[in-house]
Amino acid sequence: MKLVIERRDTSSPLLRFGAPVVSIVIALFFAGALLLLAGVSPLEAYREILYEAVGSLYGLSETLVKATPLILSGLAVSLAFRMQIWNIGAEGQIYMGAMGATWVALFSGMENHWLLMVGMFSAAFICGGLWAGVAGLLRARWSVNEVIVTLMMNYIAILFINYLIYGPWRDPQGFNFPLTAQFAEAARFANFFDTRLHSGFLLALGCALILYLFMERTIWGYQIKVIGSNPQAARYAGMRTGASVFWVLFLSGAIAGIAGFSEVAGLQYRLQHGLSPGYGYTAIIIAWLARRSALGVVIVSLLMGILLVGGDSLQMLWQLPIAFVYAFQGLILFFLLGSDFFIQYRLKLVKGIHHG
Amino acid sequence: MKKTMVMALVVLLCGFAGHALAQNKQIKAGFIYVGPVGDAGYTFAHDQGRQEMEKLPFTEPSTYIESVPGGAEAERVINGLVRRNHNLIFTTSFGHMDPTINVAARNKEVVFMHASGYKTAENVGTYFGRMYEPRYLSGMIAGKMTNKNIIGYVAAFPIPEVIRGINAFTLGVRSVNPDAQVRVVWTQTWFDPGVERDAADSLLDVGADVLAMHQDTPATLQAAEARGAYVIGYNSDNRRFAPNAFLTAPIWNWAPLYTYVAEAVHSGTWVSEQFWWGMDKDLVRLASLSDRIPTDVKILVNQRAEEIKAGTFHPFSGPIKNRDGQKVIDAGQTMSDPDLLSMNFFVEGVQGTLSN
Repeated sequence: MKLVIERRDTSSPLLRFGAPVVSIVIALFFAGALLLLAGVSPLEAYREILYEAVGSLYGLSETLVKATPLILSGLAVSLAFRMQIWNIGAEGQIYMGAMGATWVALFSGMENHWLLMVGMFSAAFICGGLWAGVAGLLRARWSVNEVIVTLMMNYIAILFINYLIYGPWRDPQGFNFPLTAQFAEAARFANFFDTRLHSGFLLALGCALILYLFMERTIWGYQIKVIGSNPQAARYAGMRTGASVFWVLFLSGAIAGIAGFSEVAGLQYRLQHGLSPGYGYTAIIIAWLARRSALGVVIVSLLMGILLVGGDSLQMLWQLPIAFVYAFQGLILFFLLGSDFFIQYRLKLVKGIHHG
Repeated sequence: MKKTMVMALVVLLCGFAGHALAQNKQIKAGFIYVGPVGDAGYTFAHDQGRQEMEKLPFTEPSTYIESVPGGAEAERVINGLVRRNHNLIFTTSFGHMDPTINVAARNKEVVFMHASGYKTAENVGTYFGRMYEPRYLSGMIAGKMTNKNIIGYVAAFPIPEVIRGINAFTLGVRSVNPDAQVRVVWTQTWFDPGVERDAADSLLDVGADVLAMHQDTPATLQAAEARGAYVIGYNSDNRRFAPNAFLTAPIWNWAPLYTYVAEAVHSGTWVSEQFWWGMDKDLVRLASLSDRIPTDVKILVNQRAEEIKAGTFHPFSGPIKNRDGQKVIDAGQTMSDPDLLSMNFFVEGVQGTLSN
């Protein structure tokens, strides 16, 4: 007898939806054991996490606020993943988008709200797009590995933002702290229901819808999928793979750039450190779990929002250390990603046949 | 007529009763920390202060939330404390400034105290300590203990607080040893033991025999201990990480301030103020001096400490020159608080640049 791993030819819908649910249950079981060790009743803790994240209008609004940049950057990464292009640089593209939007908000001289919104959107779109476009060009022209280029450009982006906020863009009234000045009211998103929920969430849903239509209903979307799964066949069919690589990375970066725009215009109202606490990296997990589907990205981002916002209650109510919150979130992600394996592969016990 | 007077008296008495009730407010305090309480540094020191404050008879058990980054994330966490009926909230890092102001604007009945920032409101006060005073004293010790006249300074971010510390330290060094140089390396971190260890090692590699530091981890102490150099800690008395190398450390003692504020809120005398306490109020101090420091140096430093406490000596009194040899403060002049708070130059004797 021995255990072999075998690729599944097909995976049933039951498996595809069932496996993540089962994996979350297993994760909750293990996390529950940890909670018990810490002297906290798991059921009570889970109820509080849910209550914190979706139990009130306020909690729900905070979960949606958290999900907004995750949806946008998740869409960005999943678009590239569709074509088997690995954009690890959403983090840097978020920062560059935020930079473009900040420039328009602070230094363009525009004062009209809608002009500013269009201007900031465009600047974020272009800055994020061009930043990723560099990797696209290198990949299309000289087959330079985009994983390395996009990843490394994150560091450049963040250091460049540092240069701006410690240098030329520093708020003259800010006692030399590394912050830009705050945006005028006209350069900010509207808020809803007296909460922090802002137009950026609608923007994210809009992007998800457009991407969904683009991917599933247009020829270009179809081409991207074909090029991704079989580049040679695509070339044989006359598709321009090089140009597609560039434009897909450009679009991917542009969407991540919009995430940066949404964060500065909707929440932070200035460019500063910690604008993104790693949304660009979380986006990779989201895109993976969502199986590169736009709708999936929205769902996974909302779940991630619940996990991140609800985690607060563990600290607030029981004074559990932050490490516990990380461990809890890590466990859930670990089992979710693990379920992905079992959807694509199966374990099989084979009667041992010894060939000599 | 009589009736009116009685009515007036009743109203007056009710008013008094209401006032008296407000005066004896039970304190439920919440603390937002930027690092983990186990950092053996900055956050650890705040948490010691919190525990002291909690010993006051009119306080309910307080809550702390650790590792809360600055920016949008902090606003949700601060709001969470408000929603859980905390009526006195301390936010302890510069990045918590805008979030504190935002939450405070919606919750006028809660008192907020923000450390290290400059924005205030009717219900938001600020607090910090004149850490440059013990920094100066620790510089005197470093200046006396170095043999090679090269002192390394592992600096965090180039913000006024850190720059002020480097300058005060250097002025202390040069007051006893005009030939010594202070070499600065920026880590751009508050809490990253790996990066900070590398930075400390690089300073030891160029010949530094005394190190000073500004981060919240003991990485620099461990580097000095491993290489047989001396080290000056920071934040809290962390000599257990470097039993041989440790000379002293400028440290925080938040208990007096936390107790003071809690009492003021309890008795209804609190008003928004900007506290910047020094060694005179024991908010900052020098950790007890290592036995490796010769007695004459100890006496010298203790004398200076008494002068600082008595207000007869100010570390930033002229003449002070900047790194390019230009006079910044004339003889007989003392730097003003606004200038100290927005400090953005290096004094003579510092080797390094203000950018990274």
